[in-house]
Amino acid sequence: MRRTFSENRVAALGALAVSLMTAAIALIFFYAPSDADQGFSQRIFYFHVPIALTAYVCFSWGAWKALRVLWKRDERADVESYVAIHQGVVFGALTLVTGSIWARASWGVWWSWGENQLVLFLVLFLFYCAYFMLRFSLEAGRARANMSAVYALFGVVLIPISFLAIRLSQKFIHPVVFNRHGPQMSGSQLLTFSVSLAAMLALFAALYNVELAGKRLDSHLRELRELLT
Amino acid sequence: MTYFSDVAALARKDLLLELRAKETLPSMILFVLAALTIFHFALPGGTAHKAALGLLWAALIFTALLGLTRAFVAEREQGMFDALVLAPCDRSAIWLGKSIAVFAFIACAEVVALPAFAAFFSGIDGRTVAAVALADVGICTVGTLFGAMAVAGRARELLLPLLFLPMAIPIVVGGVGGYLWFLALYDAVFALLAWAAFEYVVSEV
Repeated sequence: MRRTFSENRVAALGALAVSLMTAAIALIFFYAPSDADQGFSQRIFYFHVPIALTAYVCFSWGAWKALRVLWKRDERADVESYVAIHQGVVFGALTLVTGSIWARASWGVWWSWGENQLVLFLVLFLFYCAYFMLRFSLEAGRARANMSAVYALFGVVLIPISFLAIRLSQKFIHPVVFNRHGPQMSGSQLLTFSVSLAAMLALFAALYNVELAGKRLDSHLRELRELLT
Repeated sequence: MTYFSDVAALARKDLLLELRAKETLPSMILFVLAALTIFHFALPGGTAHKAALGLLWAALIFTALLGLTRAFVAEREQGMFDALVLAPCDRSAIWLGKSIAVFAFIACAEVVALPAFAAFFSGIDGRTVAAVALADVGICTVGTLFGAMAVAGRARELLLPLLFLPMAIPIVVGGVGGYLWFLALYDAVFALLAWAAFEYVVSEV
């Protein structure tokens, strides 16, 4: 009974993600107005920023599940935390790629240390890649769940601290700060942005549930195999 | 006051071990001196004070890492973790004692490194010394916790730099820029978190 519900949920979330993503792409390319300064290339904003925000949601969700591992000793939360952080790293890598493309289009360079969000994502990317190294070097069990959870909690605290540090560092590394937060978003831009953000969040939810279902299936299979031998 | 006497006993044990075996501290001092010598040849002549100061911070972080990698070696090789966890003391006392011992090692290495830097490159002001002291607190508290996690894994020595270096980026920013309030904030936040989290790291090993 529960299994059919979970299968339905994956299918429903997948359908939601596909329809929202189609709507977002249509809005981005055919509805949103071109930027006065940057022209067509500014439209990558509607991908880049929602992806970055979704990555934050992934890391926070992972940290919340990590807290449940430590606090409530919830066995299931360990895999959930891992899957959320895995998705977060995927979205984080996409943020780096889209940000890099945008930097190339608007400033002619692939990488700009003056861009706070990009540098922050580089730090987070390094941090959370080490999460996998930690996890894969430990034997599966309670100790691994606890250590991964502690590391995930450090990560979510590191986000504001790193952001503050990067802001501070610009004072002595970059005297000139790039500033592209010119005009406020107009109504049509806001609509496009919101739909795109909803699409990314739905995509995360769908991928999260697919991967989680896979991991659970995997562990059930392993238990069965152990019972047989 | 038993908590603090436990901490003192644990820190004293590490300092005594080091005093007798002399394994960690001499290698840290040699390492930081060799690193500063390499920086002399890596930097072009007439380099500005700020550039040299940046390299000092890089040298200090890597020297601290060397000490942190060694921090739990004795516990691991002689199966001490089980005994420590079974001991009737609060688990966070193990972390605090180890942090204090590591802090002492790093501080000793820096007592050599900072005058050497002043002699090799350019003078150091009081603000830098204060920043180094504050940074050491953050390095020890976070590094000791991550060190305990790293020794539990298969990768061990390889793992700690990967875990620790992203955490050290804010320390370098605060240190190079001389933002003492930021270093103090970092210390307070992560010391509290590490103190609360240590129990979960050792209790199931």
